[in-house]
Parts: sequence; structure tokens; C-alpha cells
Amino acid sequence: MLTFLGRRILTAIPTIILISIFVFSLQHLLPGDPILVMAGEERDPEVIAALREKYRFNDPVPMQYLAWAGNALQGDLGISLRTQQPVLELIGEKLPVTIQLAVMALIIAILIGIPAGVLSAYKKGTWIDWVANITALSGLSVPNFWLGIMLILLVSVKLGWLPASGYVPLTEDPLQSIRVMIMPAFVLGTAIAATLMRHTRSAMLSVLKSDYVRTARAKGLQERVVLVKHALRNALVPVVTVITLLFGELLAGAVLTEQIFTIPGFGKLVVDAVFNRDYAVVQGIVLCTGIAFIFMNILADAAYRILNPRMSQQ
Amino acid sequence: MTAVVDPQVAADPLPPRRRNRAWEKFRRSPSALLGGVIVLFFLIVALLAPVLPVPGPAETDWGAVRKAPTWAHPFGTDEIGRDVLSRMIWGAQASLLAGVVSVLIAVFLGMPLGMLAGYMRGWTDAVISRFTEALLAAPFLILAIALAAFLGPSLTNAMIAIGLSAMPVFIRLARAQTLIVMTEDYVESARAVGIGHVGMIGRYILPNIVPPIIVQSTLTIATAVIAEASLSFLGLGQQPPAPSWGAMLNTAKNFLDQAPWMALYPGVAIFLVVLGFNLLGDGLRDALDPRDH
Repeated sequence: MLTFLGRRILTAIPTIILISIFVFSLQHLLPGDPILVMAGEERDPEVIAALREKYRFNDPVPMQYLAWAGNALQGDLGISLRTQQPVLELIGEKLPVTIQLAVMALIIAILIGIPAGVLSAYKKGTWIDWVANITALSGLSVPNFWLGIMLILLVSVKLGWLPASGYVPLTEDPLQSIRVMIMPAFVLGTAIAATLMRHTRSAMLSVLKSDYVRTARAKGLQERVVLVKHALRNALVPVVTVITLLFGELLAGAVLTEQIFTIPGFGKLVVDAVFNRDYAVVQGIVLCTGIAFIFMNILADAAYRILNPRMSQQ
Repeated sequence: MTAVVDPQVAADPLPPRRRNRAWEKFRRSPSALLGGVIVLFFLIVALLAPVLPVPGPAETDWGAVRKAPTWAHPFGTDEIGRDVLSRMIWGAQASLLAGVVSVLIAVFLGMPLGMLAGYMRGWTDAVISRFTEALLAAPFLILAIALAAFLGPSLTNAMIAIGLSAMPVFIRLARAQTLIVMTEDYVESARAVGIGHVGMIGRYILPNIVPPIIVQSTLTIATAVIAEASLSFLGLGQQPPAPSWGAMLNTAKNFLDQAPWMALYPGVAIFLVVLGFNLLGDGLRDALDPRDH
């Protein structure tokens, strides 16, 4: 396993370098001198000179990249123009909010998606399967920001049951925190639930056809035991991998969800950064999500190997 | 975000008999036909926008600000008295244009790169594959947001951003498909008789790649329509006053209390178009899947 992980991490290095080149090149897409943009509206000549020195802007582009990447490797992703905070610190501040949203969304998605997938596969061809499939396809087709708006309209504006926006840290008041976050988490969770349902269904369908399920049934085991202990356990192997890979989808969904429910997380940070022309923050976020995504991929591979011992013997 | 077509799908170019069977299968699937009808409906509406008997999308009626649906304004009016139905019809143009153009960008950049990687293998393949992985590592919307931020917000830049973000799926699909074709006996024989690169690609590889690319394109248009709506919703796509469904929703969320219809219809429209392309894509995939024959 360790050799496998070591090899996977080594092969990830060129990809990470490419991502960093891409993120670095973004600033060269800006019209005009990036340093003037970085220096903000005041354009203090001293600040400009310091930035030019720091980012080696008088050197050729490859040297500039090396300087930038060297800083990034030491955790220096630049300073936010708006808040004057280091970008990494800013990301670290907002990340727990988004993680809470994503974890709650994932729990909701698992609670809906996996049972629905199992039931749909077990009742294949019946109206239950049909309803589950239509619901899943609708879940994939509905824009989640619109679902959020409609839920605010119904649950907050018309019924007054839940707050439409805001955020309470989990450490401050756990119950209130969950109450505020439940609607956004549901919005984010539904699209993921649809994807999970489809994967669970197809994995269950192939497992239910297998010999060992037939043997388990022939032994006279209860159908519930066959379904949960024999079929679902095996069907969950690919599903767990899919869950790890849904990270990107969760993050992208969080950007929109946080915008609608005014949650001060990672997603809101990137959108605000775009509008405030806080380019260092945008670059930092793309770099961090890219690297995180690569590690999630490695984690997915590792999870697959742990859950599927035949793979690790190869 | 995007459903990925199984590279095994349609590994052979479709001979006429198979093509007929594929069409038969497609025709018999009610959901695929429903998808086709929905897509066609919105296409026609978008194309006929200039001649349909509705007020102009930018025409304001200050006497009818935020009016609920009536005969004169079947979908109501918005915060400055513009007809919501008219803006939705014109918004269909932006949505479909963004969906189709961004996927065309993705296909025309991704397919040659994928074919090149699968055909040349070795170093070319390694470089293209690493490049694809790097592009895949940034989540679709984050990449699109970053590009829109640096290129500046506009519908054109949103389309470029969405196209670039969708490209890796096509590189991977074309590469996988090319690798499959290259192991076929008839390709080996063709190589043995000395057919050149252009002949190989044109006669053997391209026809095999097109069916799964069509399926993937249909499914990706669905994703691209949502992506354009999302970017416009965030203010990074179509710029006001030009109509777009995502931007309409962005404004509508500030008037949920007073004018809920402003939020209802554009969302339903996005949902229907995306559902249409998803149904159509699923139907095409089933019809073109050789394993079912």
C-alpha cells in the first residue's frame, strides 16, 4: 500500500506543476501590467517597486514563474487586496464553513441516494424504479441555485420555518448552526444524491446478478440479509470511490449555494474576490482546489484498493 | 458534473443496418423522444424570437412594474416593467448558444488532442494526458469562474471558459476510443499495406470516434447550459441588460417576496432544457451501444 501511495504521489507531481503553471499564467491574461493590478487602486510607487522585486517582474517569464512557485511552496500565495490578509490565511478561515456545508450535504446525499439506488435496483422495472430514475434525472437537471431560491421562497418567505441566510459557527451554537445550514445542505445534497443513486443502482444491478447472491438466496437466507450483507456490501465498493470523486462537484455547488444563502465560506470568498479584482485570492483558490482534487483522487484509488483486496494483490 | 460515455460504446463505425437499428431503438424510447421534442421546442423558440408576437426584451413599461401574470404579460413583468416571457424567449438564445458553442469549442480542441495522444502514444500521449489531468483537477465551475474573472465577464468569455473546462472529457474519450480502434485487426492490416497517417485517421479512427462524441456532446450541452446559467447568475456570463435565464434569476432573488414569478419561470426553463438534453443523450447512448445488439 505504501509503495502504491508513494508511486501515486510521485505521478501527481507533474500534474501539480502543470496546474501551478496554469494558475501563474492566469495573471498574464489580464490586460496591462499585472503588478499595477496587484498594487491596488492607490498605486503607491513603493508598493509597486516592492512587488516588482518580490515577483521578479523585471526578469524573464520562466524566472518569474520560479519566483512565484517558490513563494507558493512556502505557503505564500500573496496578499488579498481587499482584506490585506495573506491568501492562505484567508482560505484557512473560510474553509471550515464550506467543509461543514459539504459534510452535511454529503450526509443528506448518502441518506437519500444509497437507499434509493438499492430500492430502485431491487425493484427494477417496477413503478418504484421508474419514479426513482425520473427523480434522479430531475435532480441532475435542476440548477441547484434555482432550487435554493425556490426553497427560500417556500420555507423561509411563505412558511417562515427556517432562516433564509446567515451562518452560526458550529462551535458557538451547534443546534442553531445546523438549523441555519440544513436548507443549503439539502440544496447541495440533492444533486449529489442523484449521482449517488445512479451509481448505487448500476452497481447493485450487477451485484444482484452474481453467483454469490444466488448462492446466498439458495441457502435460504432472509432477503434483507442477502440484500444488505451480501449485495450492498460489494456494491458499495465503487460507490465509495465515486463519493471521493464528488469533491469537485461539492465544491462547485458550494460556490453557488453559499452565494444564495449568503454563507461566508470558500465559495463566497472566490466570487467576492472576482468582483473585487482580488486576483491573488482567485489564483490561490484555484491552486488549492486543484491540489486538493488530486489528493482526493489518490484517496479514491487508495480507498478502492482497501475495499477491493483483489486490486492490491495485483 | 458531466456524465461520461463508456469508451466501449460504439466501438465500430455504424454500418447502414446498425444505423437503422440504432434509429429504431431511439424511436422506440419514449424518454429519448421526449428529450428530442423538448430540445427542438426550445431551439425553435430561440430561432423565432425576433418574429414572435411579444414585446422587445428591453422594452420597459413603467406602468407595469413587477406585475403578476396577466393576459398582456403571461409570465408577469420584472422590476423595471419588462415582459418576463419575452426575456425568457430571448434568454433561450443565450442559453442554447452558450451550450452549443462551448461544447463545439470543447470538441474541436479536445477531439484532435485525444486522437493525437491515442495515435502517437509515447511522449505525446504522456504530455497530453498530464495536461488533461491538470485541467480535470480544477472543478468545472471554479475553472470557469477563474477564466471569466481574468478574461473579463461576458457571454463570449463564459463560453470559452465553459468550453475549456469541458475539453478534458473529450480528450479522454477520443484517446480511449483511438486506443481501442488501434488494436483492431483491420487497422493492423491497413498499417501493413502502408496507409499514411491522414488515411488512417480519416478512414478508420474518425468514423469510430464520432458516435460516442455525439453522445457525450449532447450530455455536455446539458452541463454547459447549467454552467452558463450559473456564471450568469453570479454575474460572470451574459451582462445586463441582455437577457439570460441565469441573470434573470440573480435579479429575481431580490424580489422573492413581491414578485415570485420572476424566479419561477427562468428556473423551469433551465430545468426543462437541461432535462431535454439529458434525456436525448441517454437515449442516444442506449441506441448507439453496440453491446445491446
